[in-house]
Amino acid sequence: MIPFDYRRAEDAASAVALVSARPDAAFLAGGTNLVDRMKLGIASPTLLVDVSRLPLDTVDVLDDGRVRIGTNVRNADLAANAHIRRRYPALSAALLSGASGQLRNLATTGGNLLQRTRCVYFQDPTTPCNKREPGSGCSAVDGYTRYHAILGASGDCVATHPSDMAVALAALDAAVVVLGPAGERVIPVSDFHRLPGNEPHRDTVLEHGELITAVELPPAPARSAYRKVRDRASYAFALVSVAAALELEDDAANPPVIRDVRIALGGVAHKPWRALQAEAALRGAEATEENFRAAADAELAAAEPLRENGFKIPMVRNTLAAVLRELAGIPVPDAGAAGTNHPEGHAGPGNTGWEELDS
Amino acid sequence: MDSEITLQVDGSERTLTVDTRTTVLDALRDRLGVTSPKKGCDHGQCGACTVLLDGRRANSCLTLAVAHDGAEVITAEGLADVVPDGHLHPVQQAFLEQDGFQCGYCTPGQICSAAGMIEEAAAGHPSTATDPAAEGGISLTDDEIRERMSGNLCRCGAYVNIVAAVHQAAETAASLRKGLPDPAEAAVPDSPTAASMPAHPEDRP
Amino acid sequence: MSNLLPGRAIGTPYERLDGELKVRGTAPYAYEQPVQNPLYLHPVLSTIARGTVKRVESAAAEAVSGVFTVLTSETTPRLEDPSDRELAVLQDNSIGYRGQIVAAVLAETPEIAREAAAAVTVTYTEEPFSAQLRADGPELYAPEELNAGTPTDSSEGDVDTAFATAALKVEQTYSTPAEHNNPLEPHATVAQWDGSVLTLWDSTQGVHAVKGTLAQVLGLEEEQVHVIAPHVGGGFGSKGMPHVHVVMAALAAQVTGGRPVKFPVTRRQMYTLTSHRTPTLQRIRLGAADDGRLTAMSLDIVEHTSRIKEFAEQTPAPFRMMYASPNRSTTTRVAPLDIPVPSWMRAPGECPGMFGPEVAMDELAAAAGLDPIELRRRNEPGVDPETGNPWSSRHLLECFDLGAECFGWDRRVTRPRSVQEDGWLVGLGTASAVYPFMRQPANTARIRYEQDGIYSVQIGAADIGTGAWTALTQIAADALEAPIDRIRLGIGDTKFPAASVAGGSSGTASWGGTIIAAARAFRADHGEHPSPGAQTEARAPQDPEAENLALYSFGAHFAEVRISADTGEIRVARMLGVFSAGRIINPRTARSQFLGGMTMGLGMALHEQSVLDPRFGIFVNHDLAEYHIPTNADVLDMEALWIEDRDEHAGPLGARGIGEIGIVGSAAAIANAAYNASGIRVRDLPLTPDKFLT
Repeated sequence: MIPFDYRRAEDAASAVALVSARPDAAFLAGGTNLVDRMKLGIASPTLLVDVSRLPLDTVDVLDDGRVRIGTNVRNADLAANAHIRRRYPALSAALLSGASGQLRNLATTGGNLLQRTRCVYFQDPTTPCNKREPGSGCSAVDGYTRYHAILGASGDCVATHPSDMAVALAALDAAVVVLGPAGERVIPVSDFHRLPGNEPHRDTVLEHGELITAVELPPAPARSAYRKVRDRASYAFALVSVAAALELEDDAANPPVIRDVRIALGGVAHKPWRALQAEAALRGAEATEENFRAAADAELAAAEPLRENGFKIPMVRNTLAAVLRELAGIPVPDAGAAGTNHPEGHAGPGNTGWEELDS
Repeated sequence: MDSEITLQVDGSERTLTVDTRTTVLDALRDRLGVTSPKKGCDHGQCGACTVLLDGRRANSCLTLAVAHDGAEVITAEGLADVVPDGHLHPVQQAFLEQDGFQCGYCTPGQICSAAGMIEEAAAGHPSTATDPAAEGGISLTDDEIRERMSGNLCRCGAYVNIVAAVHQAAETAASLRKGLPDPAEAAVPDSPTAASMPAHPEDRP
Repeated sequence: MSNLLPGRAIGTPYERLDGELKVRGTAPYAYEQPVQNPLYLHPVLSTIARGTVKRVESAAAEAVSGVFTVLTSETTPRLEDPSDRELAVLQDNSIGYRGQIVAAVLAETPEIAREAAAAVTVTYTEEPFSAQLRADGPELYAPEELNAGTPTDSSEGDVDTAFATAALKVEQTYSTPAEHNNPLEPHATVAQWDGSVLTLWDSTQGVHAVKGTLAQVLGLEEEQVHVIAPHVGGGFGSKGMPHVHVVMAALAAQVTGGRPVKFPVTRRQMYTLTSHRTPTLQRIRLGAADDGRLTAMSLDIVEHTSRIKEFAEQTPAPFRMMYASPNRSTTTRVAPLDIPVPSWMRAPGECPGMFGPEVAMDELAAAAGLDPIELRRRNEPGVDPETGNPWSSRHLLECFDLGAECFGWDRRVTRPRSVQEDGWLVGLGTASAVYPFMRQPANTARIRYEQDGIYSVQIGAADIGTGAWTALTQIAADALEAPIDRIRLGIGDTKFPAASVAGGSSGTASWGGTIIAAARAFRADHGEHPSPGAQTEARAPQDPEAENLALYSFGAHFAEVRISADTGEIRVARMLGVFSAGRIINPRTARSQFLGGMTMGLGMALHEQSVLDPRFGIFVNHDLAEYHIPTNADVLDMEALWIEDRDEHAGPLGARGIGEIGIVGSAAAIANAAYNASGIRVRDLPLTPDKFLT
């Protein structure tokens, strides 16, 4: 870690001015990801402008039903906020499924959106990585890809965005309020993070010096939920995750008809992946297991799995169906094939070299 | 780049000069000789560095000291200061009685985390183990404790006993909150431990 | 021979005597030992897997204010004995693995040392390297012997013929991944050289082992090396022998004019500098008659080592003695790769070596239509099949019987994928556990009578979380027939007499047996009423009788697994281990150790995997976010029980050791339960959710 100057911002405008003036300056809030990356030698700001004490730390319910979340609201406090828990359960659940209790006490709303991928090659400065060092190549595309993208990736980068919160915000149609040298602008969350293309070093559409000041939620959907699938029971990044918001025409109908649905996927792309194909397939359709799975398949038709992450296709399909089933109150189907060796079960270990010896 | 800061550490005001790069954890361990918070990973991935920072549990390895000028830091060592007569804090006592550790390296972090988490639950903060439909206070079930303590890794595998210890400590805290006597007080077993280990074990008794 | 020490303090569940220090956080670990005016060491690691260092450009690093010096192979003091290439740090320009130390910065603060290390530029001459384990690898070889002196291969009868004609057959390949020990306290050494004595505050499982090795490589007399480690934050084998960082710190301390050097190995550096467990490929054939009785068993192991230093894990060891069969064979072949040096990790040999075989036994039980416990009952050997020696105390079936009753094994539905609850598939599984009794001879204990009934009992042992501070105090109290609070134990320092490493589950038996011998000698020398200052030293007792017996601990694991039919997420809802390990010194800490082993076994089953990227020769998931060990939320209802068993052949303590058996077989029990739940037989660890998706 190289030496850096430290300045505590007096207000948002002066923070923006300080960072804008120096290309190697950065904002510091909770620090849980930035300090981590600085220790790894993959972030090297020479000026940190501390915005953590700016009074942008309230959750305000506006008259029109929208909610404005200050950027410095801690993840733990946002998850515990009574209005958020009651009206936006997907957001509360997503926050609580991220990191750990003590990290959520530090991490902020804006910082959570700006955390960077945990791709193992991005985090290891001794290996090539286009995101860390443009033009150096992508080590992941032919490497360890368990946590990597199946949708929207490019040959230059197959990393995923690690935030849980952002996935819920995408399904909730939230927007990010940003203050820059030229004033304020509001960016829909779905447009906030980028696909990698040939500029994977750019995670978001933010320009240097732009500061997130708030996140705005539209009025709450009738139902929302978040489900995260991970390799251990807690304190792990998502293999895949699903956030969904659902409105039914008539709850009592059997099966009910879907009036509106918004779905976002985590762990599958360089950004929270808004599943527009699946949403289109479901709008106006009956809420049935078959329709959920067909909608998932419609979305996943474009998936391009890497060597080790093809499992994400059935995992997304099943998890999406499970989340929608729960939201719509559809019963759990039978898992089938009782009493048998499951025919399509996992076949491993493979590629040990013994097959070649035997043949 | 050096900077002078003041921290309230375990009840004492400590003024020191730190590199802007110095974390709260390194300020405590390397500058102030307060080694109760441990460095297990230095990246927020194990929780051994957990302290109570301005009253809330936090990973001290990811917090820059310069950004926390004026903060109050309570470590496991200082936790017992609130208890009279040199006794252990109820969370510490519970870890001792339930054998909630083996090598002891994650333990100060576990204990600060447990102390912070019991207060979070009392304040109604939910976890993924909380029924989303439930309102009001949190009942610290086994699943709640496990989830809330999952930010503190223990490689010795003392989790079963850590859960038991947090249960015991939470009951004590609930009793104290209601002004009742400590339920664990009557059940301190006959062991030479607490009385006879003032310093290095070699110097005992 | 019934020479068992009667127990009074032994068998009592005392709280840990070091516990209050640990819950306060004031027990000093290696890095925390107060030293004056230290320098901080941060190493520069190689970014190629094989070749030579062409040039180290250190001017920029040396220009950083606060840098004391940058050590390279040109400026580092020479070792007397550089023959151990793992330890021969900065002695030449050769690179044996990626992540090897190629330079080291000494600086006034840790921040400066880290910054300057990043400013060192190293250029290399690269050579082709190999970092992939395959059974058809071109360089596989048969080592002369395996770890712990275990024979490389074994054969009895005619396996091929017996297997060809067997009524029931299992022929499968299993695999276990590389793993890292990951003790929560990272390896750390503080070294100080005053011109005549090297003092090392080290995080080690054996201070005397560090002393012996360091004296040898540095060319010092043993009296010139003083190693101190009163508290150690776990080790699980990786702190069993000194790794390169200890030598690095010792060499650095020679250039500082007496200032101490602190070398805290970072978590990430531990993935290359401080050892790991080899992955294994296991090809197994089990042949049996219709009634399930084994007629043929073979196990072929392929595993890796580092080209610069051989460590050949004794993976086939348990397969050779577990079950009876007239025809048996094992082979072990090792691939020399250009990778960091593997070494001990909790139950080397037994732990990976009881995964494939115990899953294969479950497969054989299914093929035979037998309950898995009944299959083991039918193959219970009367004597050790490998040596023909009688068992000193084999209670495997009692462990199964007690466990089956306590666990509710009769509720298991034989047909897999038969039980569903709320979208979760539920199943039960079981597997055997075994671990050999080891007692190390290289131990001496010193007992001195102080005054007022107080005895000093000193032995250079280690407490790495095992509870040795407490257990040895209990043993000493009973050996001296003194109240426990009259014992003043000294361990963790080479100023105390020689002691073996805390490893091989041998510590309590080896050190405790020596303390008993010393107590008996003390009484013989000084009687029941010694004068203050009376002192006796005694060596570990000889035990020739044990050489003609098969001394092992046994156990049975039971697991209930739940698998999400949607996501494949897998949870171990219940887990029970029942063990026969000889006498239990402290039931409180013993239960913790069994549970700890089982918890690490749960991690092995579900999570742990060091992913070696063969293109780079590095473990890419080199931190605790990407290398998953169990969290609190992963460990649900788990319990450990044991059978009262005082092994009269296991020395005067009658204790066979408990540190490792808890992990052995646990992953197989979970894999077998996962099969029962899902109908999917996973033979390659870990059991991650993707393997159960349908």
